Amino acid sequence: MTTGAHAAPPTQVAARVRDLTKTYGKGDAMVRALDGVTLDLVAGEFTAIMGPSGSGKSTLMHCCAALDTGTSGEVWIGDQELGGLKDKELTRLRRDEIGFVFQSFNLVPTLSAEENIVLPQSIARRKPDREWFDTVIETVGIRERLGHRPNQLSGGQQQRVAVARALVGRPTIVFADEPTGNLDSTSGAEVLDLLRRSARDHGQTIVMVTHDPVAASYTDRVVLLADGRIVDELRDPDRDSVLEMTKKHTPAAG
Amino acid sequence: MFRAALKSLLGRKVRLLMSTFAIVIGVAFVVGTLVFSDTLSRSFTALMASTVGDVVVRPENTDAAAEPTTRTVDAALVDELEGIDGAARVDGNVTGFGVYVVGKDGKLIGGNGPPSIGGNWTDAPAGHDLAGMEIIGGRAPEKKGEILLDSSTAGEGGYVIGQDVNLVTATDQGTLTAELVGIVGFPEGGSLNGATFTGFDTRSAQDLFLKGKDAYTDIWVTAEPGTSQEDLAASVADALPDGVEAVTGDEAADEAATVIQEAVGFLTTFLLIFAGISLVVGAFLIVNTFSILVAQRSRELALLRALGASKKQVTRSVLLEALVLGLLGSTIGLGLGVLLAIGIRSLFAQFGLDLAGQPLIMAPRTIIAAYAVGVVVTMSAAWFPARRTTRIAPVQAMRDDIAMPESSLRRRLLVGVVMILAGGAALAAGLAESVPKPLYFVGGGILAILLGVASASPVISHPLLAAASWLYARLFGSVGALAGQNSLRNPRRTTATSSALMIGLSLACTMAIVGDSAKASVDQTIEENFVGDYVVSSLVGQSFSTQVGRQMADLPGVDSVWAQRFFAAGFDGEAVSAASRSTLRDGLGVDLVEGDLAGLVDGTVLLDETYAAEEGLSVGDRATVELADGEQQLEVVGIFAENPIVFGSIVTTPTTLVRAGSPDADNFLIVDTDDRPGMQDALDAVVEDSPIVTVKDQQGFAAEQREPIDQMVLMIFALLGLALLIAVLGIVNTLALSIIERTREVGLLRAIGLSRPQLRRMVTLESVVISVLGAVLGVVLGIGFGIALMYSLREEGLEVISVPSGQLAVFLAVSVVIGVLAALLPARRAARLDVLRAIGSE
Repeated sequence: MTTGAHAAPPTQVAARVRDLTKTYGKGDAMVRALDGVTLDLVAGEFTAIMGPSGSGKSTLMHCCAALDTGTSGEVWIGDQELGGLKDKELTRLRRDEIGFVFQSFNLVPTLSAEENIVLPQSIARRKPDREWFDTVIETVGIRERLGHRPNQLSGGQQQRVAVARALVGRPTIVFADEPTGNLDSTSGAEVLDLLRRSARDHGQTIVMVTHDPVAASYTDRVVLLADGRIVDELRDPDRDSVLEMTKKHTPAAG
Repeated sequence: MFRAALKSLLGRKVRLLMSTFAIVIGVAFVVGTLVFSDTLSRSFTALMASTVGDVVVRPENTDAAAEPTTRTVDAALVDELEGIDGAARVDGNVTGFGVYVVGKDGKLIGGNGPPSIGGNWTDAPAGHDLAGMEIIGGRAPEKKGEILLDSSTAGEGGYVIGQDVNLVTATDQGTLTAELVGIVGFPEGGSLNGATFTGFDTRSAQDLFLKGKDAYTDIWVTAEPGTSQEDLAASVADALPDGVEAVTGDEAADEAATVIQEAVGFLTTFLLIFAGISLVVGAFLIVNTFSILVAQRSRELALLRALGASKKQVTRSVLLEALVLGLLGSTIGLGLGVLLAIGIRSLFAQFGLDLAGQPLIMAPRTIIAAYAVGVVVTMSAAWFPARRTTRIAPVQAMRDDIAMPESSLRRRLLVGVVMILAGGAALAAGLAESVPKPLYFVGGGILAILLGVASASPVISHPLLAAASWLYARLFGSVGALAGQNSLRNPRRTTATSSALMIGLSLACTMAIVGDSAKASVDQTIEENFVGDYVVSSLVGQSFSTQVGRQMADLPGVDSVWAQRFFAAGFDGEAVSAASRSTLRDGLGVDLVEGDLAGLVDGTVLLDETYAAEEGLSVGDRATVELADGEQQLEVVGIFAENPIVFGSIVTTPTTLVRAGSPDADNFLIVDTDDRPGMQDALDAVVEDSPIVTVKDQQGFAAEQREPIDQMVLMIFALLGLALLIAVLGIVNTLALSIIERTREVGLLRAIGLSRPQLRRMVTLESVVISVLGAVLGVVLGIGFGIALMYSLREEGLEVISVPSGQLAVFLAVSVVIGVLAALLPARRAARLDVLRAIGSE
């Protein structure tokens, strides 16, 4: 039961979770989605959160991403604690400090790819950094598709545009929720490679929720959740080690 | 399938409620109008039946619609008729109009539409032994200086038996005061519908209306039990001298009631037109709602198809929803319509037409009309979206997101252009009056153009929407760009929603232009033709005592008084003006193009140039002129040039009118003065005792003439306001449905940092685009319609075409407000969406 709590100095931590609990319902019907999770997400690392359905991995991500709030405990993004923030401040935080890649429906259908990419900046009425924008577009490889609407793009291309949008604002942390869940394996590999390069080449902190061991193998670190707790962790994973870890924690599997 | 349709209906209560609202309003209008006009006609039939005897003996050619005349039947006839077989009793009546009761507060009672009747009081029973008016307190007047009043007039005036009542009459006697000795009423229900009745003894009535002649205006013969009206009338007729006729009470009552119903018939038509407008506007709302609902349910419908439902069944299930909705809306509309009828009734009571004593009539026809209109409109509006469901393939149930197939825009443009052209042609033909029933062509043409524009709107509005989108992006950044893009995303939906507003506003705009032009024309006519310094006239053109003119002429500072009177037979009779030769020459400036004014003696006429040309008459011919005692052939002694202050197309001498039986009273005076200060006060003093008569200078006269136009326009605006309300609900509905449809997108936008106020602004901006688009199209079309209408009315004396740009600017500004208001609820709803759930929703 190791965590990175004491492993890294605070300055290198992009997000911290302290004893986070999230419950639904009351009394006998109470469900503990998160049960005292403590976790440090190190800056520049590509982390995968894994776990079976109902393990709390999505809830954990939503709480970290300022989309949801825990029942108790703390969540820090950079040096900002999320507890007690109003909707307005949470919105600003999501806009400026966090990037998102969802499983599907990532793009506004009325806007072109380029408009989608710079949407968070233009909502904030800021000019995107042109040089960085070009770098991101280069990395993502969708330059010829910038003028296209989402419905003119393939699923893989749409996800790459979503990644570009998440990166272009240089957020403190990028959250990706099953980003390859709807893609064929080739397109999925492209997107995962893109995320890995973003972390390695540009030092972007990325957290990805997945249940796919292959996807997890692209990351630097895998955190395994079960029943709302962190039950295991793996560094520099490959497909086999991930599978082995998950098997170890699957009750009565064999 | 039936259950599935019902379930899905119940699952969308709020959305459907809003589209039902449009049906409810339309049906309510139809029902309210029908109920009210049935009630009105029943009430007049009942009233008329109780105000005629079994057989009415009267001078021949009596026109039931014209004012009572001074033509009489000999009093001796009463005794003669008493001897006839089957006659139980015979009573002579003296009846006249223009006996106004002045309330204790000094204000005139009634007098603003329904007649102010005066007459001798007899206790003769009405035909068929109907309960007519009876004395319900006090006694009948017996001598000069005693009167009785109907109960509602006495009540309104605050008079009780024993008090002195002030009366104003259009007769020579002017004002008089009499003691109230009795009150009459309808003990078994019924009312005078707002008319007032003052009863005198027979002698006084003859003094007042017949200059003391011992005669009657008509005679009632009451049948003995067992004698029919027809038999009695036949035997009475045999005993009558020439020039006197006997009609049955039924006939006389029908005649009178028909005339009144024709007079209020325009009102029924008018209200039904607005019912139609509400329904057309409502149909847009229904088409839109069902389109969106079908689009949203396409997956569900595809699932039904996959489970084995046939295309027909799916289509039918949508139509079934429409049927249920139509029935529901019609039922609510029926109830609301009754309330509306009560509302119209009390509105009319304000103007003096009091129907409170009459229960509302709900004819089977009204109920059938309500359901027919509601269900047919709903189902035909739902038919277009329902038909589209046949293109949903079962396999689409498996897909993630499916787009509803839409009809091609090119076809809609084509249909729209064809309709606009056809409508334009019909409008032009109607306006040029080159077709029979031109009004139908005008109405149909306008409707076709509106529907054509609505159909072509997704294409022709595109540049406007694109421009708005560009402007939004400049002004409001990415929030504006998103809103603009949203309005372009489904141009059919955007434009269908705005079309409802377009229709309402285009009609409002047309009315604004017509009203403004009419007022400008009135002003211009008055300015060009107002002669003298003051005009004296009465409230509704009723005549007033000639004493007024005589007294004014005697005032110091008054140079001359020019008196004009007129007579019109029925509601569509050609008006006949009468004035002395000197008045015609010096006061009214009548300019003869043919003949000589000096030739105008009693029994001859002058004709208006246009009228003479229409009738093909020239000097020396005999013109058929309808006067109080029927048609007369009078010699034409001159043709005069168009003259706006001569009211009739035919001009004769005052004596000619009096001889024919019109009262010796004036309708209109022009007063020339030396403009000394205090003139107005001095003139006002003369008519102080006659509240119906007013003295106006040019401004005052112009304002008085403009007032009815203003009232009319205001009333139409109020009715069009309902169409606008439906349009606003349409926008609310469309936005709310669009937001439900775009839940995930809203969630995404919120997740990547769009704040709640920004989201609200986005929805509001989208709403404003819709409403402003509707307003711009509406105002443009309205200006077109208005100018076309006014252009065709040029020759009717409405020469000025005036576009009230201020008012039109207000319409546009109001549309922005409408947009903002319509967005309130949908925007709130969008802002409240839970981000997580929105992202996760299907």
